[in-house]
Amino acid sequence: MRSETAWLVERWQTMTLIRRAEERIAEMVETGEVRCPCHLYIGQEAVAAGVCAALTTADTVWGGHRSHGHYLAKGGSLAGLFGEVLLKATGCAGGRGGSMHLAAPEVGIPGTVPIVAGTVSLAGGAAFAYKLRGEDTVAVALFGDGALEEGHVHESMNLAALYRLPLVLICENNLYASHLHWSERRVADNLYRAGEFHSVPGERVDGNDVVAVHAAAQTAVKRARSGDGPTLIECRTFRWRGHVGASFDLDVGVERRGELAEWLPRDPLRRLADELIERGVLDLERREQAINDRVNTAVEQARAAPQAEPEPYMERQEALCAR
Amino acid sequence: MRTLTYAQAIREAHAQLLALDARVFVIGQGLWSPWYAGSSLEDLDREFGRARVVDTPVSENAVTGMALGAALAGLRPIVFHPRMDFMLLAMDPIVNQAANWSYLFGAPGAGRSGVPLVIRAVINRGGEQGAQHSQALHAMFMHLPGLKVVMPATPADAKGLLMAAVADPGPVLYIDDRWLYAESGEVSAEPFTVALGEAAVRRSGSDVTLIGISWMARECLRAAGMLESEGIDAEVIDLRSLKPWDKERVAASVARTGRAVVADGGWRTAGASAEIAAEIGERVFDHLLAPVARVTLPDTPAPASRTEEQAYYPGAEQIAAAARALLERGTAGRIKRAAA
Repeated sequence: MRSETAWLVERWQTMTLIRRAEERIAEMVETGEVRCPCHLYIGQEAVAAGVCAALTTADTVWGGHRSHGHYLAKGGSLAGLFGEVLLKATGCAGGRGGSMHLAAPEVGIPGTVPIVAGTVSLAGGAAFAYKLRGEDTVAVALFGDGALEEGHVHESMNLAALYRLPLVLICENNLYASHLHWSERRVADNLYRAGEFHSVPGERVDGNDVVAVHAAAQTAVKRARSGDGPTLIECRTFRWRGHVGASFDLDVGVERRGELAEWLPRDPLRRLADELIERGVLDLERREQAINDRVNTAVEQARAAPQAEPEPYMERQEALCAR
Repeated sequence: MRTLTYAQAIREAHAQLLALDARVFVIGQGLWSPWYAGSSLEDLDREFGRARVVDTPVSENAVTGMALGAALAGLRPIVFHPRMDFMLLAMDPIVNQAANWSYLFGAPGAGRSGVPLVIRAVINRGGEQGAQHSQALHAMFMHLPGLKVVMPATPADAKGLLMAAVADPGPVLYIDDRWLYAESGEVSAEPFTVALGEAAVRRSGSDVTLIGISWMARECLRAAGMLESEGIDAEVIDLRSLKPWDKERVAASVARTGRAVVADGGWRTAGASAEIAAEIGERVFDHLLAPVARVTLPDTPAPASRTEEQAYYPGAEQIAAAARALLERGTAGRIKRAAA
């Protein structure tokens, strides 16, 4: 029982770190200090925390444009995240990508990209490599509900099933693709069944319940590791902020349907904190202060770092492509 | 030295790569069929197993993305597109992902790898196959920073450039041409590489430089033979690599001859020939006796009927005619400039 509580405290710490770091990024977006497009994950933290808790460091996580949470949950450096959103040379991608291009290969984040579902087939390829080399490593693709509208995701599911690849597909269904509600994009609310035709089993879980997400991810990871192929998990959740930027419940200039009022009480972090308090964990405030201190330190480190410079950029491009 | 056909040379490169490096695998459509790849991949699946020679479902996009993901995970994939036209379904993994990846995620000092991916595409035109089975799209890919492009014209280069592409940190697009498959030439039996970015002078000459890409390099050599009988001494350069391309060797040759014909089996507008002509103008303008001439496809889709095909695809005759026209201008261009 004690160890279960300790495990929950760790998840709470991860989720709190994501929340506080992103709230700080939101402030920096509002003041204009952060200028690159930032797609915030606030409200969805239980998915990244639950999934990554089922993985080893060697397992890889392949994200997209909304991947601050994936990066931090997998163990990416906090200073590297702030450095990257500020386009500093110390950023996790050397200040060459910004918020949408995070990388921490040392902890299993090869690179995140904003082309919707752009890394799903790449995750499949990594899984192919692990299998060919006889390793028991697993690749996890995390993507939004809009990604299942991309054809190559279906190609990838078929290939992964056919070759029994150690791949886990996590669909974070936050109900909106940019500003369009799912009902404006699909007839049926059935994303977890998207793999059926490709022999990829699917499951739907409460994406705001870190324990439920972790349990489903653990089953899928076990299945992948034992050579039985891919699984699709639809995590139902909601992002509190707009598609891009800091504003609440407003998507690229389009008002949503007011669901935020329903979703705020389902706050995954509050739920977990309540559970921990019930279990007699009394030091959350102290822990939260320590996390705030880490965020402050990382922001100061990033602010002090030099801006990414044009010189090495040009040289590198020339070296890559010219003679 | 032994003689191999171009297709046999490609097959030998694959076989040696698969034998020498456990990280190498081949994936794409038609790998288990002699129909798609000619003899260029014949029986590799029997020799090396179908786990490393993978014939795939009809999913160009995800298969190319998978090859990229496998490269990022430490393998050395060769992803095969038996017709370049179909490779357009894989533009995202090639253009957005592979070509940008090293720049985005290859920050120095972070111990991060390159993108050791080879994409092999085949130009497979003629035979009344029509507009969507005939396209030579190399110029589109030559445009992209971060992607290397090679187009071998001889059996030796077909082997050496493939082995170099797999050894390169990449990504590399390797484009071969079905019209060249039966060409034969000497090829070393040992594994060897041909440096990416280096052109080959196939014939030395002093009156005009003929610069050919892939099949058109062969046509340039034929044109040089025709011109020789007329007393015109043509130098022939086989470009071999399109990105990077050997600007120095081309410029040095044109500086000497004062005349250049660029022969490319792609379209004219914004084509590879346009880039090469512009670079020649920038580098050796003062040595030019005449404008750079281009022999290309007309700016129209590929026709299907055999009579239209004959008119559509230029060859040695058109290259020789372009060279003659340059010679007929004499040295007037230079004299006018000197007088001004």
